[in-house]
Amino acid sequence: MATQTQSSEANVIRLGERVQGESLLRSSMRRLLNNRMAVFGLIVIIGFILIALFADFIAPYDYAKQTLSAANSAPTWVTRVFPSMIPVGEERGFVKVNEDYAFGADHLGRDILSRLIYGSRVSLLVAIVGPIVALSVGLTLGLIAGYVGGRVDNFIMRVTDIMYAFPTLLFIILLMAFFRPSTGQLEPGTLAYSLNRFDASTGGMFFIFVGIGITSWTQMARLTRGQVLSVREQEYVVAARALGVKDRAIMLRHVLPNILGPIIVAETLTIPAYVSTEAFLSFIGLGVNPPMPSWGSMISEGASVISTYPNQAIFPAMFLFFFIFAFNFLGDGLRDALDPRMRGAEK
Amino acid sequence: MGRFIARRILWMLVVLFAISVVTFALMRLVPGGPFNTERGIPEAVKRNLERRYNMDAPIVVQYLDYMGGLVIPRVTDPEWKQSQQEHYLINIETPFFGAGTALRWMNFGPSLNSPNRTVTSIIEDSLPISFELGAAALIIALMIGIPVGTIAALRQNTIVDYMSMAIAVTGVSIPSIVSAPLLKYIFAVQLKVLPPNGWGGIEYVILPAFALGFIQSALIARLTRASLLQVLREDYIRTARAKGLSERVVISIHALKNSLIPVVTVIGPLAAALLTGTFVVETIFGIPGLGRSFVASIGNRDYPLIMGTVLLFASFVVIGNLLVDIAYAALDPRIRYD
Repeated sequence: MATQTQSSEANVIRLGERVQGESLLRSSMRRLLNNRMAVFGLIVIIGFILIALFADFIAPYDYAKQTLSAANSAPTWVTRVFPSMIPVGEERGFVKVNEDYAFGADHLGRDILSRLIYGSRVSLLVAIVGPIVALSVGLTLGLIAGYVGGRVDNFIMRVTDIMYAFPTLLFIILLMAFFRPSTGQLEPGTLAYSLNRFDASTGGMFFIFVGIGITSWTQMARLTRGQVLSVREQEYVVAARALGVKDRAIMLRHVLPNILGPIIVAETLTIPAYVSTEAFLSFIGLGVNPPMPSWGSMISEGASVISTYPNQAIFPAMFLFFFIFAFNFLGDGLRDALDPRMRGAEK
Repeated sequence: MGRFIARRILWMLVVLFAISVVTFALMRLVPGGPFNTERGIPEAVKRNLERRYNMDAPIVVQYLDYMGGLVIPRVTDPEWKQSQQEHYLINIETPFFGAGTALRWMNFGPSLNSPNRTVTSIIEDSLPISFELGAAALIIALMIGIPVGTIAALRQNTIVDYMSMAIAVTGVSIPSIVSAPLLKYIFAVQLKVLPPNGWGGIEYVILPAFALGFIQSALIARLTRASLLQVLREDYIRTARAKGLSERVVISIHALKNSLIPVVTVIGPLAAALLTGTFVVETIFGIPGLGRSFVASIGNRDYPLIMGTVLLFASFVVIGNLLVDIAYAALDPRIRYD
């Protein structure tokens, strides 16, 4: 290192970062893989990713295929697990037994297992795209606020203050209602019309991401700004500025890499919140468009018949639980691995 | 302290104003209104309806009219009668202004979807129910979370600690959308110990309140444990022990009190989360609360009902945050008021 310092200034900074970054990454990976809970979470998530990717091959039926003769039927093992589901033939029996559907069929005769498998795509997309949207918006605004300072900073922070006080869920519900006017009321050719068509082509996912993006960037912006403020006055940034490095380069090459760790950890910890938000929106009918299955909408449909066909609500609820559970485990593990000082601390 | 509170209240009003503007604008910019039905109604009828509900005025005038009715209190004489257009949530009799007069405040306007009801009457009916549910859930969250977290911290690295934290980690992964159907199935359908639907006596509160409060209790348990562990390592705890105080006094007076400060700060966000939960829980347990009315009003484009519920919910959250800030500043002398 000492000999390289003499070569050129720019080189040193880049080299120094790379060497330090690698060792940090490797030691955090080691810590992460030593954490049994985190590894378990990771395995479950990889499992869900595989399920979502190969849904077309794994799912026994199409998620929208209706077989009305099989409506509300259930296989024998399900009726054993849920004793309130008395099969036809026994005293006061009302549940049609049909072994063709592993988890039973819903009120339209659609295979619940297939819908659960396809539903993992929605949750997984939200778990991946949600943080990316929040991160890119929040990070950009936070960087600008923290680095530029002054009036810009003041303005951005006042907006985040107001957004912070606005109950997120109310806002996202209003946004959803705003984005999704009842069909037929939009005139072709307008921007709203094209956006709605695009949203429909994504099965309603697009507006969910927009909603998450609009409501969730504030936390990230605040965190980024705080980090930038603490890094901005460090010697290496002052040195870079003294050498005449452009603001943009300082931000991207010197500030950003040094603040990314805690920000990524914070973002990982919010993934379960995005997943529950989507499930919640689909539950109240403002999420994905039917017949696209989402665990939230399946719970909503199943909950209305829970006293007769509990399998229709309990199975999606269990899937949602395992999914959130896995991300919580992985998030906790990542936090401990990347920042050992934060061990045991809370969000 | 007084100036701090005054500034916070002022800021709160700014936030509520911003929320009311955003909500009003979002609602009105949506294509499709409350009178667009599947079959459609004649243009003339629609125009009459819009005239009746003052919806043909410029949008700024409509906003000012609505907010005026809501925010500005008025004193009414004995001849005043409640109507579709005027129904106030808060009515205080004021005999010193003359017999039969009353100070009235918060007129939420008529409900567009149920023509013979006012938004105020809907709120009067459903708000106490949601409030009761939310309060019960909050109590459950605190009553489970704080003791479990405290015990786990005091018995750190024992089986008790591991068990309670394992349950807590599982618990934070169970949002009410998961816990509500599970609890309903287990206790109402299978064991039949509690009623599955409706509202009434205490037995109707238990399941939904647990469904709402469970995830929060897990969060509070984790937070209490982490915070107490941190406090227990502080110098002043060692000092307290060194001067010979009994362990009970050290824990209860010196440690626990300070460790609860971070817990107080999450009560604000927690109240907001409970509010979220009420939408789901009220639907699953068939409870006629405000959350359900709100979700329905969005679908029906019942503008005054949307506006009223949003403002009401938002006020609760904002006031909750304000109280938390004040409590925080009062509890922790290190916090400056400016």
